[in-house]
Amino acid sequence: MAVDRREFLKIAGYATLFGLGGKAAIDILAPGELEASTEGVPLTEGKRWSMVIDMRKCLAKQEKGECKDCILACNRQHNVPDWGDPRIAIKWIWQDKYEHVFPDHPNEFIDERVEGKPFILLCNHCYNPPCVRVCPTQATFKREWDGIVEMDMHRCIGCRFCMAACPYGSRSFNFGIPREAPKKLNPDFPTNKEYPERSKGVVEKCNFCTELIEKGDLPACVQACDKIKVNALHFGDLANPDSNVRELLRKHYSVRRKPALGTGPNVFYII
Amino acid sequence: MYDGGKIIIGLIIGIGLFLSPFFYNAGSSAKPPDPQLTKKAKEAKVCVEPTRYMRESHFTMLDEWRHTVVREGERYYKAADGKIYYKSLQVTCMNCHSDKTKFCDQCHNYMDVSPYCWDCHIAPEEKK
Repeated sequence: MAVDRREFLKIAGYATLFGLGGKAAIDILAPGELEASTEGVPLTEGKRWSMVIDMRKCLAKQEKGECKDCILACNRQHNVPDWGDPRIAIKWIWQDKYEHVFPDHPNEFIDERVEGKPFILLCNHCYNPPCVRVCPTQATFKREWDGIVEMDMHRCIGCRFCMAACPYGSRSFNFGIPREAPKKLNPDFPTNKEYPERSKGVVEKCNFCTELIEKGDLPACVQACDKIKVNALHFGDLANPDSNVRELLRKHYSVRRKPALGTGPNVFYII
Repeated sequence: MYDGGKIIIGLIIGIGLFLSPFFYNAGSSAKPPDPQLTKKAKEAKVCVEPTRYMRESHFTMLDEWRHTVVREGERYYKAADGKIYYKSLQVTCMNCHSDKTKFCDQCHNYMDVSPYCWDCHIAPEEKK
């Protein structure tokens, strides 16, 4: 059976018409169902946990010598292994220099108080978290009652969409089994027998210490910072106008990371 | 029947191969599971719920626990007898049932189920 030019064009034309009609029918029958949501997750109704990091105090402490107490405390609390390789590092709370933390504050002549200085980074627990929107299994979700962006490790399939979506690099992938991390670097792993580890092939990130704040304690990093009397990390409820964090934000000029992206980060920096 | 002899011999060999595991294991019975309670669990006498329910449906309960803890932030469980428990496999369950090989693994191996809880959750150390 030979199809001539005329016949072929006819078939192609009908196919196109049918295709367009088919798409229109889908749009009419299921409005909005197939579109990527731009509205994001429901707004937080209850509390809105946030952190205010007073970098003046943190940097003053670091002037006197390296301080990684908050990072160590977090890693101990959550059994975060040290792989000794930055390419596969697991980061819950970590440090990077000012210019990398605030790439949207470009300045040829940077204040020497902050130039190249190590800033404390962690998950921003965004008001409108892009990682939640892209997660195909809803393993990452925003807790509606207190705004924490949490992960359900049981559901994570390791697709790493969230890592691509997060503009802050707050998510890390487990390339190896945490239990098999180099023993030399992790002599007493697992450090917290009351907290699980992760399995190979899941993504993880800071959880604002949900396991501690539900008992009424402060997150491990905040506790560690308070313990050495630096008090640079402040944890509190942004929804309450009388809270410690709102007080700090009222009295000081603060900045957030990449606010123009509209994610609404809940971690504030006083510089 | 053409080639009847060959077919029948083939059938006998085939059925023989199929049944060989039964002959191989004939007479010996698999060891029935024998979960051992630790001293602490024996003294406590009761688990979170009655023994029968725990034996039949502990996995349903654990599944519910992990869902409500992680996704709804409810960390405490009120048992039928009114007692409150902290919902945690690692902290609460394994506190009494601290001998995983003599308790959990007994039935799990017998039933040939391999729950992946222990990929992440830390089992208590056991004395050998």
